[in-house]
Amino acid sequence: MRTIHTDIITKTIRDMCIEANLHLSPDMERVIKEATKTEDGPLGKQIMEQLCENLKIAEEEQIPICQDTGMAIVFVTVGQDVHVEGGSLAEAIHEGVRQGYTDGYLRKSVVRDPLIRENTNDNTPAIIHYTIVPGDTFELLLAPKGFGSENMSRIFMLKPADGEEGVKTSVIQAVKDAGPNACPPMVVGVGLGGDFETCAILAKKALTRDLDSPSPLPHIRKLEEELLRELNQLGIGPGGFGGKTTVLAVNMETYPTHIAGMPLAVNICCHVNRHVKRTL
Amino acid sequence: MEKHISGPITKEEIQSLHAGDYVYITGTVYTARDAAHKRMYEAITEGKEPPFDLTDQIIYYLGPSPAKAGQVIGSAGPTTSSRMDKYAPLLMEHGLSGMIGKGKRSPEVLQAMQKHTCVYFAAVGGAGALLSKCIKKAEIIAYEDLGTEAIRRLEVENLPVIVVADAEGNNLYETAVDDYKRTHHFN
Repeated sequence: MRTIHTDIITKTIRDMCIEANLHLSPDMERVIKEATKTEDGPLGKQIMEQLCENLKIAEEEQIPICQDTGMAIVFVTVGQDVHVEGGSLAEAIHEGVRQGYTDGYLRKSVVRDPLIRENTNDNTPAIIHYTIVPGDTFELLLAPKGFGSENMSRIFMLKPADGEEGVKTSVIQAVKDAGPNACPPMVVGVGLGGDFETCAILAKKALTRDLDSPSPLPHIRKLEEELLRELNQLGIGPGGFGGKTTVLAVNMETYPTHIAGMPLAVNICCHVNRHVKRTL
Repeated sequence: MEKHISGPITKEEIQSLHAGDYVYITGTVYTARDAAHKRMYEAITEGKEPPFDLTDQIIYYLGPSPAKAGQVIGSAGPTTSSRMDKYAPLLMEHGLSGMIGKGKRSPEVLQAMQKHTCVYFAAVGGAGALLSKCIKKAEIIAYEDLGTEAIRRLEVENLPVIVVADAEGNNLYETAVDDYKRTHHFN
Protein backbone atom coordinates (compact mmCIF):
# COMPACT_ATOMS: atom_id res chain seq x y z
CA MET A 1 0.00 0.00 0.00
CA ARG A 2 1.16 3.47 -0.91
CA THR A 3 0.15 6.63 0.92
CA ILE A 4 -0.26 10.01 -0.75
CA HIS A 5 -0.98 13.13 1.25
CA THR A 6 -3.68 15.52 0.06
CA ASP A 7 -1.22 18.45 0.40
CA ILE A 8 0.81 17.09 -2.52
CA ILE A 9 -2.33 16.63 -4.59
CA THR A 10 -3.47 20.21 -3.91
CA LYS A 11 -0.05 21.66 -4.75
CA THR A 12 0.18 19.60 -7.94
CA ILE A 13 -3.29 20.61 -9.16
CA ARG A 14 -2.50 24.26 -8.37
CA ASP A 15 0.64 24.16 -10.51
CA MET A 16 -1.10 22.25 -13.31
CA CYS A 17 -3.89 24.87 -13.57
CA ILE A 18 -1.33 27.63 -14.07
CA GLU A 19 0.85 25.65 -16.47
CA ALA A 20 -2.06 24.52 -18.65
CA ASN A 21 -3.32 28.05 -19.14
CA LEU A 22 0.03 29.56 -20.11
CA HIS A 23 1.54 26.91 -22.41
CA LEU A 24 0.11 24.45 -24.86
CA SER A 25 1.52 20.95 -25.01
CA PRO A 26 4.28 20.46 -27.65
CA ASP A 27 1.99 18.42 -29.93
CA MET A 28 -0.64 21.18 -29.97
CA GLU A 29 1.94 23.85 -30.62
CA ARG A 30 3.42 21.79 -33.46
CA VAL A 31 0.11 21.33 -35.32
CA ILE A 32 -0.68 25.04 -34.99
CA LYS A 33 2.72 25.99 -36.43
CA GLU A 34 2.41 23.48 -39.26
CA ALA A 35 -1.05 24.74 -40.16
CA THR A 36 0.25 28.33 -40.18
CA LYS A 37 2.72 27.35 -42.89
CA THR A 38 0.21 25.54 -45.08
CA GLU A 39 -2.88 27.74 -44.66
CA ASP A 40 -3.68 29.56 -47.89
CA GLY A 41 -6.88 31.45 -47.05
CA PRO A 42 -5.83 35.11 -47.01
CA LEU A 43 -7.54 36.02 -43.72
CA GLY A 44 -7.00 32.48 -42.46
CA LYS A 45 -3.25 32.80 -42.82
CA GLN A 46 -3.24 36.12 -40.97
CA ILE A 47 -5.26 34.59 -38.12
CA MET A 48 -2.92 31.60 -37.83
CA GLU A 49 0.01 33.99 -37.58
CA GLN A 50 -1.80 35.87 -34.80
CA LEU A 51 -2.37 32.60 -32.96
CA CYS A 52 1.37 31.84 -33.10
CA GLU A 53 2.18 35.34 -31.90
CA ASN A 54 -0.41 34.92 -29.14
CA LEU A 55 1.28 31.74 -27.89
CA LYS A 56 4.61 33.54 -27.85
CA ILE A 57 3.24 36.49 -25.84
CA ALA A 58 1.46 34.14 -23.43
CA GLU A 59 4.72 32.29 -22.81
CA GLU A 60 7.00 35.31 -22.53
CA GLU A 61 4.72 37.56 -20.52
CA GLN A 62 2.88 34.84 -18.58
CA ILE A 63 -0.56 35.96 -19.78
CA PRO A 64 -3.20 33.24 -20.20
CA ILE A 65 -3.43 32.09 -23.84
CA CYS A 66 -7.18 32.72 -23.73
CA GLN A 67 -9.20 34.78 -21.26
CA ASP A 68 -11.56 31.83 -20.90
CA THR A 69 -9.30 29.84 -18.64
CA GLY A 70 -12.03 27.26 -18.49
CA MET A 71 -13.73 25.02 -16.04
CA ALA A 72 -11.18 22.62 -14.52
CA ILE A 73 -11.84 19.07 -15.70
CA VAL A 74 -9.75 16.54 -13.77
CA PHE A 75 -9.30 12.89 -14.65
CA VAL A 76 -7.91 10.96 -11.70
CA THR A 77 -6.52 7.50 -12.26
CA VAL A 78 -5.96 5.94 -8.89
CA GLY A 79 -4.50 2.55 -8.07
CA GLN A 80 -6.56 0.45 -5.68
CA ASP A 81 -3.50 0.06 -3.45
CA VAL A 82 -3.21 3.81 -2.88
CA HIS A 83 -4.33 5.35 0.37
CA VAL A 84 -5.02 9.09 0.39
CA GLU A 85 -4.44 10.73 3.75
CA GLY A 86 -5.03 14.24 5.03
CA GLY A 87 -8.70 14.58 4.17
CA SER A 88 -11.01 14.35 1.19
CA LEU A 89 -9.42 13.68 -2.19
CA ALA A 90 -12.11 15.70 -3.97
CA GLU A 91 -11.64 18.64 -1.61
CA ALA A 92 -7.86 18.47 -2.15
CA ILE A 93 -8.48 18.82 -5.89
CA HIS A 94 -10.95 21.69 -5.47
CA GLU A 95 -8.46 23.44 -3.19
CA GLY A 96 -5.76 23.04 -5.85
CA VAL A 97 -8.07 24.63 -8.41
CA ARG A 98 -8.92 27.43 -5.97
CA GLN A 99 -5.22 28.18 -5.38
CA GLY A 100 -4.21 27.80 -9.03
CA TYR A 101 -6.89 30.11 -10.37
CA THR A 102 -6.23 32.70 -7.67
CA ASP A 103 -2.41 32.63 -7.62
CA GLY A 104 -2.21 32.32 -11.41
CA TYR A 105 -4.52 35.30 -12.14
CA LEU A 106 -6.81 32.99 -14.08
CA ARG A 107 -10.41 33.88 -14.77
CA LYS A 108 -13.06 32.62 -12.39
CA SER A 109 -15.71 31.31 -14.73
CA VAL A 110 -17.87 29.04 -12.56
CA VAL A 111 -21.34 29.85 -11.22
CA ARG A 112 -22.74 27.93 -8.24
CA ASP A 113 -26.23 27.39 -9.61
CA PRO A 114 -27.05 27.10 -13.32
CA LEU A 115 -30.12 29.32 -12.95
CA ILE A 116 -29.20 31.71 -10.12
CA ARG A 117 -25.72 32.17 -11.67
CA GLU A 118 -23.71 33.56 -8.79
CA ASN A 119 -19.97 33.28 -9.44
CA THR A 120 -18.12 31.11 -6.91
CA ASN A 121 -15.16 33.50 -7.33
CA ASP A 122 -12.51 30.78 -7.17
CA ASN A 123 -13.39 28.64 -10.20
CA THR A 124 -14.49 25.73 -8.03
CA PRO A 125 -15.83 23.17 -8.09
CA ALA A 126 -13.75 21.19 -10.55
CA ILE A 127 -15.39 18.41 -12.54
CA ILE A 128 -13.69 15.18 -11.46
CA HIS A 129 -13.74 11.81 -13.19
CA TYR A 130 -12.20 8.87 -11.30
CA THR A 131 -10.87 5.64 -12.74
CA ILE A 132 -9.75 2.95 -10.33
CA VAL A 133 -7.04 0.63 -11.59
CA PRO A 134 -4.96 -2.20 -10.11
CA GLY A 135 -1.63 -1.30 -8.49
CA ASP A 136 -0.45 1.86 -6.77
CA THR A 137 -0.32 4.47 -9.53
CA PHE A 138 -1.74 7.92 -9.01
CA GLU A 139 -2.19 10.06 -12.10
CA LEU A 140 -3.78 13.47 -12.49
CA LEU A 141 -4.86 14.81 -15.86
CA LEU A 142 -6.16 18.36 -15.91
CA ALA A 143 -7.94 19.94 -18.87
CA PRO A 144 -9.23 23.50 -18.42
CA LYS A 145 -12.16 23.59 -20.86
CA GLY A 146 -13.44 26.78 -22.46
CA PHE A 147 -17.15 27.03 -23.12
CA GLY A 148 -17.23 28.79 -26.51
CA SER A 149 -16.46 25.39 -27.99
CA GLU A 150 -18.12 23.34 -25.24
CA ASN A 151 -21.44 24.98 -26.16
CA MET A 152 -21.11 23.62 -29.70
CA SER A 153 -20.61 20.00 -28.60
CA ARG A 154 -23.23 17.37 -29.37
CA ILE A 155 -24.51 13.90 -28.52
CA PHE A 156 -26.11 11.73 -31.19
CA MET A 157 -27.87 8.51 -30.15
CA LEU A 158 -27.03 6.68 -33.39
CA LYS A 159 -28.38 3.23 -34.19
CA PRO A 160 -26.30 0.22 -35.32
CA ALA A 161 -27.58 0.55 -38.91
CA ASP A 162 -26.14 4.10 -39.10
CA GLY A 163 -22.68 2.52 -39.22
CA GLU A 164 -19.49 4.33 -40.07
CA GLU A 165 -21.33 6.65 -42.44
CA GLY A 166 -23.62 7.76 -39.63
CA VAL A 167 -20.63 8.54 -37.44
CA LYS A 168 -19.00 10.62 -40.15
CA THR A 169 -22.15 12.51 -41.11
CA SER A 170 -22.83 13.38 -37.47
CA VAL A 171 -19.29 14.57 -36.70
CA ILE A 172 -19.26 16.66 -39.87
CA GLN A 173 -22.64 18.15 -38.97
CA ALA A 174 -21.42 19.06 -35.48
CA VAL A 175 -18.32 20.80 -36.84
CA LYS A 176 -20.34 22.62 -39.50
CA ASP A 177 -22.81 23.85 -36.90
CA ALA A 178 -19.97 24.92 -34.62
CA GLY A 179 -18.46 27.01 -37.43
CA PRO A 180 -16.99 30.33 -36.30
CA ASN A 181 -18.56 30.10 -32.82
CA ALA A 182 -16.10 27.49 -31.61
CA CYS A 183 -12.93 29.44 -32.50
CA PRO A 184 -11.66 27.31 -35.38
CA PRO A 185 -9.25 25.70 -36.01
CA MET A 186 -10.73 23.16 -33.63
CA VAL A 187 -9.70 19.88 -32.10
CA VAL A 188 -12.51 17.33 -32.27
CA GLY A 189 -12.88 14.75 -29.50
CA VAL A 190 -15.16 11.88 -30.44
CA GLY A 191 -16.56 9.30 -28.05
CA LEU A 192 -18.23 6.30 -29.66
CA GLY A 193 -20.06 3.53 -27.81
CA GLY A 194 -20.87 2.98 -24.16
CA ASP A 195 -24.09 4.71 -23.20
CA PHE A 196 -25.40 8.27 -23.04
CA GLU A 197 -22.97 9.62 -20.44
CA THR A 198 -20.02 7.35 -21.21
CA CYS A 199 -19.66 8.52 -24.79
CA ALA A 200 -19.52 12.13 -23.57
CA ILE A 201 -16.75 11.37 -21.07
CA LEU A 202 -14.87 9.43 -23.76
CA ALA A 203 -15.12 12.42 -26.09
CA LYS A 204 -13.70 14.73 -23.45
CA LYS A 205 -10.90 12.27 -22.68
CA ALA A 206 -10.17 11.98 -26.41
CA LEU A 207 -9.33 15.69 -26.47
CA THR A 208 -6.52 15.07 -24.01
CA ARG A 209 -4.84 12.34 -26.03
CA ASP A 210 -1.46 13.22 -27.49
CA LEU A 211 -1.92 14.18 -31.14
CA ASP A 212 1.11 12.09 -32.03
CA SER A 213 -0.66 8.94 -30.81
CA PRO A 214 -3.50 8.00 -33.12
CA SER A 215 -5.98 5.32 -32.06
CA PRO A 216 -4.36 1.90 -31.69
CA LEU A 217 -7.43 0.37 -33.39
CA PRO A 218 -6.81 0.32 -37.16
CA HIS A 219 -10.45 0.96 -38.19
CA ILE A 220 -10.74 3.87 -35.75
CA ARG A 221 -7.42 5.29 -36.81
CA LYS A 222 -8.62 5.21 -40.41
CA LEU A 223 -11.84 6.96 -39.39
CA GLU A 224 -9.83 9.65 -37.57
CA GLU A 225 -7.74 10.26 -40.68
CA GLU A 226 -10.70 10.33 -43.03
CA LEU A 227 -12.64 12.68 -40.79
CA LEU A 228 -9.67 15.03 -40.49
CA ARG A 229 -9.39 15.18 -44.27
CA GLU A 230 -13.11 15.63 -44.88
CA LEU A 231 -13.57 18.22 -42.13
CA ASN A 232 -10.78 20.28 -43.61
CA GLN A 233 -12.62 20.28 -46.92
CA LEU A 234 -15.51 22.18 -45.33
CA GLY A 235 -13.52 25.36 -45.98
CA ILE A 236 -14.55 27.00 -42.68
CA GLY A 237 -10.93 27.86 -41.93
CA PRO A 238 -9.31 29.86 -39.10
CA GLY A 239 -11.85 32.15 -37.42
CA GLY A 240 -14.49 30.88 -39.86
CA PHE A 241 -13.21 33.20 -42.61
CA GLY A 242 -12.36 30.49 -45.12
CA GLY A 243 -9.35 28.24 -45.31
CA LYS A 244 -8.05 24.72 -45.29
CA THR A 245 -7.44 24.57 -41.52
CA THR A 246 -10.83 23.97 -39.92
CA VAL A 247 -9.75 21.13 -37.69
CA LEU A 248 -6.27 20.47 -36.29
CA ALA A 249 -6.95 16.91 -35.17
CA VAL A 250 -9.66 14.31 -34.66
CA ASN A 251 -9.20 11.97 -31.68
CA MET A 252 -11.66 9.14 -31.21
CA GLU A 253 -12.13 6.85 -28.21
CA THR A 254 -14.45 3.85 -28.13
CA TYR A 255 -16.13 1.57 -25.59
CA PRO A 256 -18.31 -1.54 -25.93
CA THR A 257 -22.00 -0.74 -26.34
CA HIS A 258 -25.47 -2.31 -26.38
CA ILE A 259 -26.74 -4.42 -29.32
CA ALA A 260 -29.42 -1.79 -29.96
CA GLY A 261 -27.30 1.34 -29.95
CA MET A 262 -24.28 3.35 -31.02
CA PRO A 263 -24.04 6.52 -28.89
CA LEU A 264 -21.77 9.19 -30.33
CA ALA A 265 -20.50 12.31 -28.58
CA VAL A 266 -18.63 15.10 -30.32
CA ASN A 267 -16.76 17.30 -27.86
CA ILE A 268 -15.41 20.31 -29.67
CA CYS A 269 -12.41 22.22 -28.44
CA CYS A 270 -10.88 25.34 -29.91
CA HIS A 271 -7.19 25.57 -30.84
CA VAL A 272 -6.47 26.29 -27.17
CA ASN A 273 -6.75 22.60 -26.34
CA ARG A 274 -5.17 22.58 -22.88
CA HIS A 275 -4.19 19.53 -20.89
CA VAL A 276 -1.46 18.64 -18.43
CA LYS A 277 -0.67 15.23 -16.93
CA ARG A 278 1.23 14.46 -13.72
CA THR A 279 2.02 11.18 -12.06
CA LEU A 280 2.58 11.23 -8.31
CA MET B 1 -9.19 46.55 -47.12
CA GLU B 2 -7.34 47.93 -44.09
CA LYS B 3 -8.96 50.81 -42.23
CA HIS B 4 -8.46 52.77 -39.04
CA ILE B 5 -11.48 53.92 -37.06
CA SER B 6 -12.15 55.48 -33.70
CA GLY B 7 -14.38 54.50 -30.80
CA PRO B 8 -17.03 55.83 -30.30
CA ILE B 9 -17.92 55.40 -33.96
CA THR B 10 -20.01 57.78 -36.07
CA LYS B 11 -22.76 56.66 -38.45
CA GLU B 12 -20.67 58.00 -41.37
CA GLU B 13 -17.75 55.81 -40.33
CA ILE B 14 -20.06 52.79 -40.07
CA GLN B 15 -21.38 53.41 -43.57
CA SER B 16 -17.81 53.38 -44.90
CA LEU B 17 -17.18 49.88 -43.49
CA HIS B 18 -17.83 46.72 -45.48
CA ALA B 19 -17.89 43.05 -44.57
CA GLY B 20 -14.35 41.72 -44.95
CA ASP B 21 -12.56 44.96 -44.04
CA TYR B 22 -9.63 44.58 -41.67
CA VAL B 23 -10.03 47.37 -39.12
CA TYR B 24 -7.90 48.81 -36.34
CA ILE B 25 -9.91 50.51 -33.58
CA THR B 26 -8.42 53.27 -31.43
CA GLY B 27 -10.34 55.00 -28.65
CA THR B 28 -13.05 53.92 -26.22
CA VAL B 29 -14.89 50.63 -26.18
CA TYR B 30 -16.97 49.12 -23.35
CA THR B 31 -16.89 45.49 -22.23
CA ALA B 32 -20.10 43.61 -21.49
CA ARG B 33 -21.05 39.95 -21.74
CA ASP B 34 -23.91 37.70 -20.60
CA ALA B 35 -24.72 38.93 -17.08
CA ALA B 36 -24.14 42.64 -17.84
CA HIS B 37 -26.35 42.39 -20.93
CA LYS B 38 -29.14 40.84 -18.90
CA ARG B 39 -28.93 43.66 -16.35
CA MET B 40 -28.78 46.43 -18.98
CA TYR B 41 -31.71 44.89 -20.81
CA GLU B 42 -33.76 44.65 -17.63
CA ALA B 43 -32.89 48.22 -16.65
CA ILE B 44 -33.97 49.59 -20.04
CA THR B 45 -37.21 47.57 -20.14
CA GLU B 46 -38.03 48.90 -16.66
CA GLY B 47 -37.63 52.41 -18.00
CA LYS B 48 -34.30 53.07 -16.26
CA GLU B 49 -31.14 54.49 -17.83
CA PRO B 50 -28.43 52.03 -18.93
CA PRO B 51 -25.20 52.41 -16.89
CA PHE B 52 -23.53 54.40 -19.67
CA ASP B 53 -24.78 56.43 -22.64
CA LEU B 54 -24.88 53.90 -25.47
CA THR B 55 -24.97 56.50 -28.25
CA ASP B 56 -22.34 55.70 -30.89
CA GLN B 57 -20.56 53.31 -28.53
CA ILE B 58 -18.92 49.98 -29.28
CA ILE B 59 -19.37 47.01 -26.93
CA TYR B 60 -16.66 44.36 -26.79
CA TYR B 61 -18.05 40.98 -25.69
CA LEU B 62 -15.28 40.30 -23.23
CA GLY B 63 -14.73 38.95 -19.76
CA PRO B 64 -10.99 39.37 -19.16
CA SER B 65 -8.78 37.32 -16.88
CA PRO B 66 -7.50 39.32 -13.87
CA ALA B 67 -4.61 41.77 -14.28
CA LYS B 68 -1.39 41.18 -12.39
CA ALA B 69 0.39 44.09 -10.72
CA GLY B 70 1.69 46.34 -13.47
CA GLN B 71 -0.72 45.01 -16.10
CA VAL B 72 -3.67 46.98 -17.49
CA ILE B 73 -5.77 43.86 -17.96
CA GLY B 74 -5.28 40.12 -18.21
CA SER B 75 -6.01 37.99 -21.27
CA ALA B 76 -8.68 39.79 -23.29
CA GLY B 77 -10.15 38.00 -26.30
CA PRO B 78 -13.75 37.92 -27.54
CA THR B 79 -16.50 35.61 -26.29
CA THR B 80 -19.21 34.05 -28.50
CA SER B 81 -21.61 36.80 -29.59
CA SER B 82 -24.77 34.74 -30.15
CA ARG B 83 -25.44 34.61 -26.42
CA MET B 84 -25.99 38.38 -26.54
CA ASP B 85 -28.43 38.14 -29.48
CA LYS B 86 -31.48 38.32 -27.24
CA TYR B 87 -30.35 41.67 -25.83
CA ALA B 88 -28.50 43.38 -28.70
CA PRO B 89 -31.47 44.78 -30.71
CA LEU B 90 -32.74 46.75 -27.70
CA LEU B 91 -29.27 48.19 -27.06
CA MET B 92 -29.04 49.23 -30.74
CA GLU B 93 -32.39 50.94 -30.37
CA HIS B 94 -30.79 52.95 -27.57
CA GLY B 95 -27.81 54.02 -29.62
CA LEU B 96 -25.32 51.14 -29.60
CA SER B 97 -23.39 51.31 -32.87
CA GLY B 98 -20.75 48.59 -32.80
CA MET B 99 -20.21 45.12 -31.36
CA ILE B 100 -17.01 43.10 -31.15
CA GLY B 101 -17.20 39.35 -30.59
CA LYS B 102 -16.92 36.13 -32.53
CA GLY B 103 -19.33 33.82 -34.27
CA LYS B 104 -22.70 34.04 -35.97
CA ARG B 105 -25.54 36.42 -35.12
CA SER B 106 -29.30 35.85 -35.29
CA PRO B 107 -31.43 37.20 -38.17
CA GLU B 108 -33.05 39.59 -35.64
CA VAL B 109 -29.66 41.11 -34.75
CA LEU B 110 -28.63 41.42 -38.40
CA GLN B 111 -31.93 43.14 -39.24
CA ALA B 112 -31.61 45.52 -36.29
CA MET B 113 -28.08 46.37 -37.46
CA GLN B 114 -29.40 47.55 -40.79
CA LYS B 115 -32.24 49.45 -39.21
CA HIS B 116 -30.01 51.27 -36.72
CA THR B 117 -26.81 51.50 -38.83
CA CYS B 118 -24.64 49.30 -36.70
CA VAL B 119 -21.53 47.19 -37.39
CA TYR B 120 -20.45 43.78 -36.08
CA PHE B 121 -16.75 43.00 -35.82
CA ALA B 122 -14.96 39.76 -34.99
CA ALA B 123 -11.73 39.71 -33.04
CA VAL B 124 -9.62 36.56 -33.17
CA GLY B 125 -11.01 34.05 -30.69
CA GLY B 126 -8.39 32.49 -28.44
CA ALA B 127 -5.83 35.25 -28.97
CA GLY B 128 -6.45 36.94 -25.62
CA ALA B 129 -2.80 37.49 -24.73
CA LEU B 130 -2.12 39.23 -28.06
CA LEU B 131 -5.29 41.35 -27.93
CA SER B 132 -4.56 42.44 -24.33
CA LYS B 133 -1.53 44.34 -25.64
CA CYS B 134 -3.85 46.77 -27.48
CA ILE B 135 -5.65 47.75 -24.27
CA LYS B 136 -4.01 50.77 -22.68
CA LYS B 137 -6.50 51.53 -19.92
CA ALA B 138 -9.30 49.59 -18.22
CA GLU B 139 -11.71 50.84 -15.61
CA ILE B 140 -14.82 49.19 -14.13
CA ILE B 141 -17.75 51.59 -14.54
CA ALA B 142 -20.73 49.43 -13.55
CA TYR B 143 -21.87 46.13 -12.03
CA GLU B 144 -18.60 45.61 -10.15
CA ASP B 145 -20.15 42.68 -8.27
CA LEU B 146 -20.17 40.70 -11.52
CA GLY B 147 -16.38 40.32 -11.40
CA THR B 148 -15.07 39.45 -14.86
CA GLU B 149 -18.56 40.22 -16.22
CA ALA B 150 -18.58 43.82 -14.88
CA ILE B 151 -18.78 46.63 -17.44
CA ARG B 152 -15.37 48.14 -18.14
CA ARG B 153 -14.44 51.22 -20.10
CA LEU B 154 -11.38 50.39 -22.18
CA GLU B 155 -9.01 52.69 -24.03
CA VAL B 156 -7.66 50.69 -26.96
CA GLU B 157 -4.98 51.35 -29.52
CA ASN B 158 -5.09 49.66 -32.91
CA LEU B 159 -7.28 46.79 -31.75
CA PRO B 160 -7.36 44.46 -34.79
CA VAL B 161 -10.84 43.31 -35.84
CA ILE B 162 -12.59 42.13 -38.99
CA VAL B 163 -15.95 43.47 -40.20
CA VAL B 164 -18.23 40.42 -40.25
CA ALA B 165 -21.56 42.13 -40.83
CA ASP B 166 -21.98 45.67 -42.09
CA ALA B 167 -24.97 48.02 -41.98
CA GLU B 168 -25.95 47.09 -45.54
CA GLY B 169 -26.64 43.49 -44.65
CA ASN B 170 -23.46 41.90 -46.01
CA ASN B 171 -22.18 39.00 -43.91
CA LEU B 172 -18.65 37.69 -44.25
CA TYR B 173 -19.47 34.36 -42.57
CA GLU B 174 -21.98 33.68 -45.34
CA THR B 175 -19.60 34.46 -48.19
CA ALA B 176 -16.04 33.71 -47.01
CA VAL B 177 -16.30 29.93 -46.86
CA ASP B 178 -17.93 29.64 -50.30
CA ASP B 179 -15.43 32.11 -51.75
CA TYR B 180 -12.55 30.07 -50.39
CA LYS B 181 -13.99 26.82 -51.67
CA ARG B 182 -14.62 28.30 -55.12
CA THR B 183 -11.16 29.83 -55.49
CA HIS B 184 -9.41 26.76 -54.12
CA HIS B 185 -11.36 24.23 -56.20
CA PHE B 186 -12.83 22.42 -53.23
CA ASN B 187 -16.17 21.74 -54.88
